[in-house]
Amino acid sequence: MTGVQRERLRVVGTETVGPYVLLRLDRGGLDAGAPGQFFMLEAPGRPLPRPFSLCMAPPGELGFLVEPLGPGTTAIATLGVGNEIHVTGPLGRGFELDVKRPLLVGGGIGVAPFPYLSDHLGVPPALLGFRTAFHAEAAALVPNASVVLDPVLVTEALPSDPGDVLACGPEPMLDALARLVPRAQLAREAPMACGYGACYGCVVERDGRYVRLCLEGPVLREAA
Amino acid sequence: MSVPILNASGCLDALAAPDVARSLDVFVTKTITPEPRDGNPPVRIAETDHGMLNSIGLQGPGIDAFVADHLPRLGALGVELWVSVGGFSAPDFARCCAMLDDEESVAAIELNLSCPNVEEAPETAAELVAAARAATKRPLYAKLSPAQWDIARGARAVVDAGADGLSLVNTMRGLALDPVTLRPRLARSVGGYSGEALRPIALACVYACANAVDVPIVGMGGVATGLHALELVAAGASAVALGTILFADPLSPARVREELRQEAAARGFANPLAARSVAVAGLEKSLQIALNGTA
Repeated sequence: MTGVQRERLRVVGTETVGPYVLLRLDRGGLDAGAPGQFFMLEAPGRPLPRPFSLCMAPPGELGFLVEPLGPGTTAIATLGVGNEIHVTGPLGRGFELDVKRPLLVGGGIGVAPFPYLSDHLGVPPALLGFRTAFHAEAAALVPNASVVLDPVLVTEALPSDPGDVLACGPEPMLDALARLVPRAQLAREAPMACGYGACYGCVVERDGRYVRLCLEGPVLREAA
Repeated sequence: MSVPILNASGCLDALAAPDVARSLDVFVTKTITPEPRDGNPPVRIAETDHGMLNSIGLQGPGIDAFVADHLPRLGALGVELWVSVGGFSAPDFARCCAMLDDEESVAAIELNLSCPNVEEAPETAAELVAAARAATKRPLYAKLSPAQWDIARGARAVVDAGADGLSLVNTMRGLALDPVTLRPRLARSVGGYSGEALRPIALACVYACANAVDVPIVGMGGVATGLHALELVAAGASAVALGTILFADPLSPARVREELRQEAAARGFANPLAARSVAVAGLEKSLQIALNGTA
């Protein structure tokens, strides 16, 4: 462990992908980390940074998929080329990559870590669910993906023998997957102030006690 | 003489981020209670426009496991260690302090007399300090709430009861509502408000207490820059703690320390501590002018 890494990074590209924004930053001296790990991105004008899993790592860059929802994500999504923000990371524990038959299962903005993850796993199949065709434009970022649209759920489209499921998406989707595929790796989300274990804000209940998602996760296995 | 930079209790886990802890002059632990505590249910934090709310609820291992398991590892970090203790009664404070009394690695004990997220003890702050004082010879810092009309009176009471110093200030209770549902954003509704908006309040509390008592004061509340730290020193603090800024910027201790040195030098102070209480001295002088009509 080299400790917490933080640098001021320059925006080198932004592109809209359906309702989302793909934000590309010059990597500076930061390591890209492992798939499923996350970074804290400064949200200009806001007191706290926001957590984002790494979406892609082109040479010399870090790419993040941002859905502008509140004031923080909107401030990040509206950054322009040449703007600079502080970035801390990589943080947390990512996906376990030693899997035989990976299947990526994602919903909505939860597809964010999949391009980088897919690279590391040799482009496995992906099953992605979206609210609308507009949201589903993000599926173009994930190779080898099949898409279902609301009201069809990814859990309904899951093959009978899904293999090693690595998933990221809304909590109800992850909870349903955990019931269907107990050994699935689930990238969870929680409101987070610091991302490095300082604030105890992001706890989730595990085995009857509260653990910090930023340290124990964000990727958790329901059946350990 | 430098101004020590501390973390505010509950704003850093030295075992999770030892490099950040080592960048401080003093590491202050999260508040330890007599018994283990799960803490409050999530959602525990909510950002607001000019600060944040937290409702962690003193999650922790309890004093026995802390002394047996955490303290040896904290003592080995190589940074001065203060332990924050809390509880729900005077005997709770006494028990925690007695457990730490023989621990050579504990340079001071901070008494969390003002957590806004748990039930209050029935005793007054001064009674809690007196109970702690009877249980330990270690230096005691009383951490006071800014949510009191006359904090100087509170400061005098805890110093009379045996506090060796003051930590000013804790968070103050706040509420944030979801803009769509208009329901509280935190699971426990209210939380402790910290960050930028707390700074003028902290400054006023340090200023009032520096005029009232003659003990060291650790100033904290919304410090994000060296100038913020220098202002607290000018108001009477001799050390400064970083809270919410540590969440946004884990590298802030070294930055604030360097900015503080530069800001002091830019104003002609040989070192940051030389600026201590200049705001307070100014008050006396301006009062004199008002009363006598001469400088």
